[in-house]
Amino acid sequence: MEKGVAYDNDMNLKATELRLGLPGTDESQKEYSSFVKSNKRSSEEMDSSCNEEECAPAPKALVVGWPPVRSYRKNVLQQQQKKSDSDVSGMYVKVSMDGAPYLRKIDIKVYKNYPDLLIALENMFKCSMGVYSEREGYNGSEYAPTYEDKDGDWMLVGDVPWDMFVTSCKRLRIMKGSEAKGLGCQ
Amino acid sequence: MDPKLKKTKDSSSNSANSPDSTHSSFLFPDEVLERVLSLLHSHKDRSSVSLVCKDWYNAERWTRTKLFIGNCYSVSPEIVARRFPRIKSVTLKGKPRFSDFNLVPQYWGADVHSWLVMFAKVYPFLEELRLKRMTLSDESLKFLATSFPGFKALSLLSCDGFSTDGLKAIATHCKNLTELDIQENGIDDFGGGWLSCFSENCSSLEVLNFASLSSDVSFDALEKLVRRCKSLRILKVNKSISLDQLQQLLVQAPQLIELGTGSFQQELTPRQYEDLETAFSNCKNLQTLSGLWEATSLHLPVLYAACASLTFLNLSYATLRSDELAKLVAHSPNLRRLWVLDTVEDKGLETVGSSCPLLEELRVYPADPFELDLHHGVTEAGFLAVSHGCRKLHYVLYFCRQMTNAAVATIVQNCPDFTHFRLCIMNPGEPDYLTNEPMDEAFGAVVKTCTNLQRLAVSGLLTDLTFEYIGRYAKNLETLSVAFAGSSDRGMQCVLQGCPKLRKLEIRDSPFGNAALLSGVEKYETMRSLWMSACNVTMSACRLLAKDMPRLNVEVMRDEGSDDRQADKVYVYRSVAGPRRDAPPFVLTL
Repeated sequence: MEKGVAYDNDMNLKATELRLGLPGTDESQKEYSSFVKSNKRSSEEMDSSCNEEECAPAPKALVVGWPPVRSYRKNVLQQQQKKSDSDVSGMYVKVSMDGAPYLRKIDIKVYKNYPDLLIALENMFKCSMGVYSEREGYNGSEYAPTYEDKDGDWMLVGDVPWDMFVTSCKRLRIMKGSEAKGLGCQ
Repeated sequence: MDPKLKKTKDSSSNSANSPDSTHSSFLFPDEVLERVLSLLHSHKDRSSVSLVCKDWYNAERWTRTKLFIGNCYSVSPEIVARRFPRIKSVTLKGKPRFSDFNLVPQYWGADVHSWLVMFAKVYPFLEELRLKRMTLSDESLKFLATSFPGFKALSLLSCDGFSTDGLKAIATHCKNLTELDIQENGIDDFGGGWLSCFSENCSSLEVLNFASLSSDVSFDALEKLVRRCKSLRILKVNKSISLDQLQQLLVQAPQLIELGTGSFQQELTPRQYEDLETAFSNCKNLQTLSGLWEATSLHLPVLYAACASLTFLNLSYATLRSDELAKLVAHSPNLRRLWVLDTVEDKGLETVGSSCPLLEELRVYPADPFELDLHHGVTEAGFLAVSHGCRKLHYVLYFCRQMTNAAVATIVQNCPDFTHFRLCIMNPGEPDYLTNEPMDEAFGAVVKTCTNLQRLAVSGLLTDLTFEYIGRYAKNLETLSVAFAGSSDRGMQCVLQGCPKLRKLEIRDSPFGNAALLSGVEKYETMRSLWMSACNVTMSACRLLAKDMPRLNVEVMRDEGSDDRQADKVYVYRSVAGPRRDAPPFVLTL
């Protein structure tokens, strides 16, 4: 299909690169280190030197010691978060696609909702999965996304609320549309 | 006046009446003066008394039994030992407050050991030690435990450097222990075995707080301890204690005034649930409730019976929703103090406004401080709602992601008696989200309306105008915290010039420079301390300050890789002890 890759097109080269990380992300989205060189510009200067489109907001979430919450409290709350997260069967889940020679791995926590996830999967595997509908599933699409849940059952992606999906998804499988018919039909 | 009373112990019977006597004819004998002064407890009063005259200074120093040292480096153990011969209780505070937020490197100092060595020599009958933001090792704890036979009360808040091994020593050796209060410390938890070190004869405990320790303790040891300590009034257990274990403890100690529960989540049989409910309803004296980790609507109802008498409810570790909070506060009409997480949202705060008319203190902590999503947490609406219903509010700590000038103005109209106003808009430099203007008018309203304001923490987009307001109106202000605020030196200058009662000023990431720093040259000796980090201060200005003011300690810490001329972190404090002798290499004393 896309064998005739145009090598002068950066995008395609990147798409076939074997690397850790999701297609569509690049280095600039790495997490900022927690030590941020302090910003000595006054707030007025900041206002005049950038408008909202140009200036990415400073990584304020990771300024040292801000917001002023004591370490003890922060640790306790983080642990509580982790505890509710620890039921998650791995945030990194394997993704297989019928006919693909090897599997991929994605971090489903990175996505905020189903459309984001589906777009990423479509990009990663160069397939089209269409739009989810409750009645028809992904009927009509070439491929359909499915997942194995905590109980070991294979489910259609999209049926349950996103948060519930994130905590119960153990692995993903992009099935051929024809095979997925059984899952999608009501 | 009876002439006999005019005599002092030292003077002969005639000298007091002679017209040439250097003593005032209204002299009290020492015994009377000392008797009177021994009734004075406030350290501020005692300070005033000691300044009256030499005799009063002496009488005061002989009668002082409680020592309060707000900055451990402002004085030395030797000086203290010389002045006060009869100390039974010591409170010592160490690191600057911003160390709570990781702005002070480890091994900065504030080690208590040299103080303990002095105490062992001069105050062998020491009974109480309360430390805040101090460093202490297990060796120090062992030393403490074995050097003071009458030792009764140990309270450690935000301290570091020790482990549960040190606690073992305390439990083992302090036979008359009445209080062990371990709060929010950075310690190594090697297990709960320390609790089992209390001897079976120990029955004197009145206060036991180990809520912030994580390891399991022996429930059997704890239960026996609680059973034999009939005077136990404050018990705060840790997460390892389950609900049914809690029930067993409550049955042994229905007299508790303050209770910190363990984990509030467990599958209970109906019988267990009932027993728990009964146990709570039998606690007729309960005024404070905390802990409640992982509490959900399933188990909260067991508390309802006990809520009627509650004056302080600390839910700051319970991720409650608005409906869960609503039900709790509906049963707690006598609340004076309430601490919650912002998971309760504005809706939850509305119910606080309608259910707790006597509320005086509200703290709303962020459940997820690094979450930038505006759809979580509380907004100005919640604060407004509380201010409408709780007119007696005078202490607030409020973490939010959006605020408006108008809301704050209304809030202080509703509650003009604020003494402590700490507003933290979590995104630095965030303007009024409706008008996009700076939040100057908000804090202007606060200082204009709340004439009794003692403590203020500002946030949001702020220009020098905020500080002009503060300098002009905040005449009772003692503590000011500033972050990411101000436009120029003028801001800080206004505060230094205008706030006569200012004692503690802590500033970070604000554009105040040398002119601002030096404008306070005469002010700093009247204050406990000044902290400035990530501002525009240079080493030369700090050196100038140090040179001009020998009774100030001017300390600088530099950040990695920063310019040699920049003074990244400046800590200035008055001291009669001279420069620190224990400063680590990264603390430059100028």
